[in-house]
Amino acid sequence: MNRSNKILHYVARRLMQGIPIILAIVVMNFFLLNLAEGDAVDVLAGEAGSATPEYMEKMRAKFGLDQPLPVQLAVYLKNVVQLDLGYSFRHEMPVHELIFDRFGATLLLMTSTIIIAVGFGILLGLLAAVNLNTWKDALISVFALITYATPLFWVGLMMIIVFSIKNDWFPTSGMENSAAFYEGFDRVKDIAHHLVLPTITLSLFYLALYTRMMRASMLEQYGQDYVVTARAKGLSERRITFVHVLRNALLPVVTMAGVQVGALIGGSVIVESVFAWPGLGMLAFESLFARDLNLLLGIFLLSSVLVVAVNLVVDVIYCILDPRIEVN
Amino acid sequence: MTNSLLKISNVDISLPEGSERLLAVENLCIDLAPGETLCIVGESGSGKSLTARALMGLLPAPHVKVSQGQIDFCGEDLTKVTERRLREIRGSEISMIFQEPMTALNPVMTIGSQIDEIFRYHVSMSAAERRERAIQLLDDVQLPDPAQIVNSYPHELSGGQRQRAMIAMALALEPKILIADEPTTALDVTTQAQILKLISDMQAEHQTGVLFITHDFGVVADIADRVAVMQYGHVVETGTVDKVLNNPEHPYTQALISAVPSLLPRSARARSEETVLEVKNVNKTFGGGSSFFKFGKPSRVVDAVKDVTIELRRGETLGVVGESGSGKSTLARCIIRLMDSDSGQIILNEVNICDLNRAEMRPWRAKIQMVFQDPFASLNPRVKIGQIIRQGPIIQGATQEEAEARTLELLEIVGLDERAFNRYPHEFSGGQRQRIGIARALALNPEILVADEPVSALDVSIQAQILSLLDEIRTKMNLSMVFITHDLRVAAQVCDRLAVMRYGEIVETGATADIFDSPQHSYTRDLLAAVPGQHWER
Repeated sequence: MNRSNKILHYVARRLMQGIPIILAIVVMNFFLLNLAEGDAVDVLAGEAGSATPEYMEKMRAKFGLDQPLPVQLAVYLKNVVQLDLGYSFRHEMPVHELIFDRFGATLLLMTSTIIIAVGFGILLGLLAAVNLNTWKDALISVFALITYATPLFWVGLMMIIVFSIKNDWFPTSGMENSAAFYEGFDRVKDIAHHLVLPTITLSLFYLALYTRMMRASMLEQYGQDYVVTARAKGLSERRITFVHVLRNALLPVVTMAGVQVGALIGGSVIVESVFAWPGLGMLAFESLFARDLNLLLGIFLLSSVLVVAVNLVVDVIYCILDPRIEVN
Repeated sequence: MTNSLLKISNVDISLPEGSERLLAVENLCIDLAPGETLCIVGESGSGKSLTARALMGLLPAPHVKVSQGQIDFCGEDLTKVTERRLREIRGSEISMIFQEPMTALNPVMTIGSQIDEIFRYHVSMSAAERRERAIQLLDDVQLPDPAQIVNSYPHELSGGQRQRAMIAMALALEPKILIADEPTTALDVTTQAQILKLISDMQAEHQTGVLFITHDFGVVADIADRVAVMQYGHVVETGTVDKVLNNPEHPYTQALISAVPSLLPRSARARSEETVLEVKNVNKTFGGGSSFFKFGKPSRVVDAVKDVTIELRRGETLGVVGESGSGKSTLARCIIRLMDSDSGQIILNEVNICDLNRAEMRPWRAKIQMVFQDPFASLNPRVKIGQIIRQGPIIQGATQEEAEARTLELLEIVGLDERAFNRYPHEFSGGQRQRIGIARALALNPEILVADEPVSALDVSIQAQILSLLDEIRTKMNLSMVFITHDLRVAAQVCDRLAVMRYGEIVETGATADIFDSPQHSYTRDLLAAVPGQHWER
């Protein structure tokens, strides 16, 4: 069997393995969320201001919240297997509609963040390593240190103050100018314009991380024996850097990036709140306070599917980058 | 010499300030003629590798550089030429092979593309031509199925095959000089013999001048035309191989050569009737686990130790010899139960220690102790020497005072000052650390010492000292020893009996002298035939 065939088999098998993993995550999330005091009925009743215990009982029976936990879980699992994520009583909409409405926004933010963080991180790390101990290296290292140490929400607020309020270069919040009713390319431009500040805010921390990693990884690879061999062959420094060292140095960065996609979803809650970005992070935040467990579970399910999928993609990229990794 | 390829005159290589010495190499004068093999011999730190790097302009500048002298290569001074010209010379006119063939090749590029780079950078050829040449080269170095190997990655080849690929790469453009920096040190003895033959065949074909750096006098005897001996950055003696090996003039050369263990086995000692250790039908396999959720086939299983039976008598030294991967170290670890064997018995004083659990094993640990190969990795760098040695007796129930007295006594036995007690491992040299390792093993008054390649990380003169120390201790304490080694010269000097291992099995056992005189198994004969420098006996 050749290598690409092997990789296909591997992907198929990993997808199969992903199903029990995701179901296990669903079960764990279910119990964890039920550990929290109160339920959706408490919140609804509290907001209404007056509700009799009888009425609350009736609502619980209607939502199925009067059943014992294992029964609730079984019902939920049965629905999930049939790809039905349930109904959000708070929003009075099916969960999957709510989620898919917001998913696009989050995916857009995450993708642009990963591209910026990994891309620029690799580039800056490479530049720093190539210009080791010069002012460029020092500048990049100081930049990485500062961004690494700065809290996300503060960066977000400062961005808004500097670039939106003082200078009015970028919009303060939201994903598009809904009052303008842009169509086609104009709409893309508008969304891109709104995307700039949240992406920069979210990517700065990771950018710093990857820059530092890439720099260290490049320096480590420069010390390897095969670099001496390459020099002894008479290759130019440029070829040694870009063909020999770069590919080897990328490996740890790719691994790290894959691991952090999950953390990125967590980070996006803050950024989405600061910039009022209509994504899953905001939705999760709201539904947590409303005890809207169905919606919350749905969001968690989607996140876990995302993490499993991204890990698979990273593993495949890793296989392609490093022939020593055996797939079987 | 008028037809000399390379003439190094009065070269100094300076080290950064604050180093142990100012100059790594001082006043070096060497020349090399076409078709000649010059061996540079020396112990670690003698400056031989830096000399090789200096020729290629590969010193780690700006800290280490040639501060004085000329390197005349066919009329050009390599210390003066531009970086651009140096790059032209590297790989096409002077090329180099290295000690560690695994790390010297880029792990993520195919062998073919690594050879291809040389052609791309030095000559203009079409891609198809380059590929054809690469396959031809791999064929020339006798690699099997070159058309497939050209697309392989380094990790898919064995150590010997990788070194062949390195040689193919180095000889791609028929360089005038080949620099070989310990190219066979990391290889097994049979592979080493093949690689040495390949280098000399290639040399004869292309009239290449070979600068061969080594620490092994056996190799020198086999391949050198002339020899330069280096010590602390100075060439102390040069001359033809015959003169240097058989009539060394400089005291350092004399000392080095006398430290090389002879291939003539020592006369056998009387064998005791008392058996101290019996290993019966021990097996150990690795791998075989299956993946998560039992999807897929189980991974491959390796028989590291297969049905091994050995017997050790009191006061005897049993050598376990074999090449890498033969299972010698695994056997040693099973014997002292650092690893549990899968089946079989290990009988110590009539008790099968395989059946004992952790707590029951503890008193038995004192009876059987191990000396490890790497004196740098086997001592905890954060623990003082006194503590390292004292720990064992204290765990076994000795009081602080007893343990301390014992430690000081042991330091004296292994030839270290008692001030060593309060120092950390990094303050000692490799040989001294190995002495500490031995003292640590002896602290528990063991009956049996298992020594896993105790001298293979050491220079030859230090090696001789450690071997004589082990010898002394063995007689003094009537120790029985399992001595694991890949070096048949060492085995000849240390062991009373030998067990030859291959692929986890013992193919032959017998008294050392008998095995050297009339090996029964074909593999033993191959091993003995591959020992370098057989025709030379000092």
